[in-house]
Amino acid sequence: MNSIIFTAGARILVALLFVFSLFMLLRGHHLPGGGFIGGLLGAISFIVYALACGSGEARAALRVSPEGLAIVGLGVALAAGMVSVFFGDPLFTGQWYWVGGDSYETALFSINSVLVFDIGVYLVVLGGILSLAFAFDEET
Amino acid sequence: MAESRDGKMAEHSDPNAPWVTFAGMATTAITAALFVFFLQYLPVVAAGAPVLWTWDWIPSLQIRMSFWLDGLSLMFALLITGIGAFVMLYAARYLAGHPHYNRFALYLFSFMLSMLGLVLADNLITLFVFWELTTFTSYLLIGFSHTDPKSRRNALQALLLTAAGGLALLAGFILIGVTQGTFELSELNAAGSLAGQPYYTGILILVLLGAFTKSAQVPFHFWLPNAMAAPTPVSAYLHSATMVKGGVYLLARMHPSLSGSDAWVWALTIFGAITAVFASFMALRQIDLKQTLAYTTLMALGTLTMFLAGSSGYAITAAMTFLLVHSLYKACLFLTIGVVDHATGTRDADVLGGLARAMPITATMAALAGLAMAGIPPFLGFIAKEVAYAGALTMAFTVFVVLMSFAAFALMFAVAAIVAYRPFFGPQGALPRKPHEGPWPMLIGPVTMAVLGLLAGLMPGVSAYWLVEPAVAAVMGAPDEGGRLKLWAGFNLPLVLSLLTFAVGFYLYRVHVELRARLARIEAQAPDLDARWDWLLDRFMDFAKLQTRVIQTGVMRQYLFATFTVLALAILVPLVMRPVGGVTLALAGLSFIEWGVALLILAGTFLVVLTSSRIAALVGLGVVGIGVALIFIIYSAPDVAITQLLVELLVVVLLAVALLKMPHLDPGRKQEHRPADAFLAVVVGALTTIVLLLVVDGPFDRRLTDFFEAASWTEAFGRNIVNVILVDFRTLDTFGEIAVVIVAALGAYALLKGGLKRGTEGEAEKGDRE
Repeated sequence: MNSIIFTAGARILVALLFVFSLFMLLRGHHLPGGGFIGGLLGAISFIVYALACGSGEARAALRVSPEGLAIVGLGVALAAGMVSVFFGDPLFTGQWYWVGGDSYETALFSINSVLVFDIGVYLVVLGGILSLAFAFDEET
Repeated sequence: MAESRDGKMAEHSDPNAPWVTFAGMATTAITAALFVFFLQYLPVVAAGAPVLWTWDWIPSLQIRMSFWLDGLSLMFALLITGIGAFVMLYAARYLAGHPHYNRFALYLFSFMLSMLGLVLADNLITLFVFWELTTFTSYLLIGFSHTDPKSRRNALQALLLTAAGGLALLAGFILIGVTQGTFELSELNAAGSLAGQPYYTGILILVLLGAFTKSAQVPFHFWLPNAMAAPTPVSAYLHSATMVKGGVYLLARMHPSLSGSDAWVWALTIFGAITAVFASFMALRQIDLKQTLAYTTLMALGTLTMFLAGSSGYAITAAMTFLLVHSLYKACLFLTIGVVDHATGTRDADVLGGLARAMPITATMAALAGLAMAGIPPFLGFIAKEVAYAGALTMAFTVFVVLMSFAAFALMFAVAAIVAYRPFFGPQGALPRKPHEGPWPMLIGPVTMAVLGLLAGLMPGVSAYWLVEPAVAAVMGAPDEGGRLKLWAGFNLPLVLSLLTFAVGFYLYRVHVELRARLARIEAQAPDLDARWDWLLDRFMDFAKLQTRVIQTGVMRQYLFATFTVLALAILVPLVMRPVGGVTLALAGLSFIEWGVALLILAGTFLVVLTSSRIAALVGLGVVGIGVALIFIIYSAPDVAITQLLVELLVVVLLAVALLKMPHLDPGRKQEHRPADAFLAVVVGALTTIVLLLVVDGPFDRRLTDFFEAASWTEAFGRNIVNVILVDFRTLDTFGEIAVVIVAALGAYALLKGGLKRGTEGEAEKGDRE
């Protein structure tokens, strides 16, 4: 699509969409969002970029290969699930560590394996869809 | 011929290459350390106290990572780690400078560990996992020279045969677990024989199928000699202590539970005896010394199986003693043949001769191992043979067993002379290379094993107390009376049989060249199972191709038609079978918005069905999807709605890119199948509607919803139930789903990217077949 308006607008739109995808990922635990939705949004942002500027440039903007990203995501999710084994819980049990307190109410924030798992989901969805989309664009 | 020479060139090392590498030394050291570790359990186990290690793996299915160290498993563990360490050292030197040596070291080490797990496992499922791991790792080892098509083919043959047996074994194990209520071997064996219980025959057949394929009993024997495609250290390992003995180990391990019936005695005696005698003749027939040794392994396996048919102390002692002796001399002989091959460049029995002068140490070791194999006093081999005859006299079908073991032992005497005497002391032929003594890392193993074989025979009481008797006690389920291993057992029938064996064996050696020619003629007329195997595989491939042609038409419409027909039937049949009840359709309560969404979806559907433009149809589908997303929003499921909207958007955008390049839908061709399509669509739609109405009609079960509403905050600290279910309560499911996402994406990626290369791949495949 060789529209200057679209190309120029896409750059801003893409950045916004991508930041929004991260926002959706992070807020997912309490409000609508999460890894799946975030990943889909992230993928859409790059697809818009690919439509505006070509998939070659979108690949360059992503910096890493989408297939690799998806596999790393699976690894991250698996690693998040394995953490529980070291604490004596069954596989894939969520682990929570409270910073500045000892429960959800008193702590400033938490470090937990659940969010890490969701980040893995995000990466898989993002990488999986993008590897498809880029290949699609390059093939047709 | 050129092929085998090429294989050998690849197999051998560069004599000047450094052989002390990290991979080789680390694996050797770890294996040796494991040997020492197991050695320290000798006193405990010899005193009759087995050791049990357990770790709950999948407790809900009674599957435990449990390991049981008693006399039998300890003897195997020591053989595996002891011989393993020497073989790894040997391999480091043998394959020094080989470009894939590190890979080889990893394969060999993994194989050693799998085998160790197999013999130590107490839980049947654990045992099965290791069983399959040995199959898998030996596949890698046999196919190590992967550029050689023969090597690949033989590796695949071994894999398919033993894995098929493995499946039968798994079925047998599950039957045992279900009927007996436990998967623990120690508990099963303590409970005594299963004979006479329900499903016993089925269990026996399945387990025997697994054991016989693994231990290459006739008629599954042909993979074993073919496995000789592997480099010599692998053959030594595969054929002496390990892989092929896995089946024998299983028979011994399960002896207390499975023996005690006529079926057991019949099956083991007959298959074992036929294998033993058949293999001894085949061993005599070979010219390649490595092949000769491979067939003597088969003979040993047959003999072991035959003696495990018995339940008397003598029969079991015979099996265990022979097992020990065979592991030592067979590994030693394989390794010395490797040294000879390495030094002279050939393994041809007719060419090799008079090597004793150039290779004194190798010759001495081969002679020691050969004497043990021939069963000459004072080697342990002699004692094993004596006990074997004594055992045969106590078994069922006495005359048959004695005759068969006599034939096998006499032939083995002749083969021992061919393998261990003739190459070193016989007449010399035209050697490809000037022989020289092997380097020390390749000699230390054979030396140690040959000397151990001699010492064990000189001190039968020691070997009996530490190794054989604990193993016998484990197989029999109770301590045996002991003291059966003696160098001089008095002048009795076994001794007479022994002397006769020597005489007949010596005669067979004298005439072995003529005998070999005669055997070759007989073999030429006998059915060739190996060729049958190829025939079977080819027919199987033909069937697969036929099936693919019939089912995979490559036309999308037909796939969809089949899928939805099946779906319609799957809904229709239970619907018709269920008790009659009314379905109420309440349209009165619908709001204005809901009507609007429904009309939107309908409009989208009509657009899809009626348009002749692909893009318009796609947009119509998008409208339907967005309508569905609106329904989710109306019924307050924002997460699902967002996901639905985004997916809809993605699909429309992606497909639009692709569809722009495709031609318009062909209206002429479309018409002929439209009535059938319409009918199917209406049927599926109507059925789905009815089912949904029926579901809504019933009372709504809120238990799950209540649980998640209550627990999502208190247990998982999240307020968004959908997300909490995804990433906390049902994490494993989510993990499976994202794995599917990756597989789907990579599959589609490969299809899109691989399309261009298909031409060249086809070429490669064709070249491969030629």
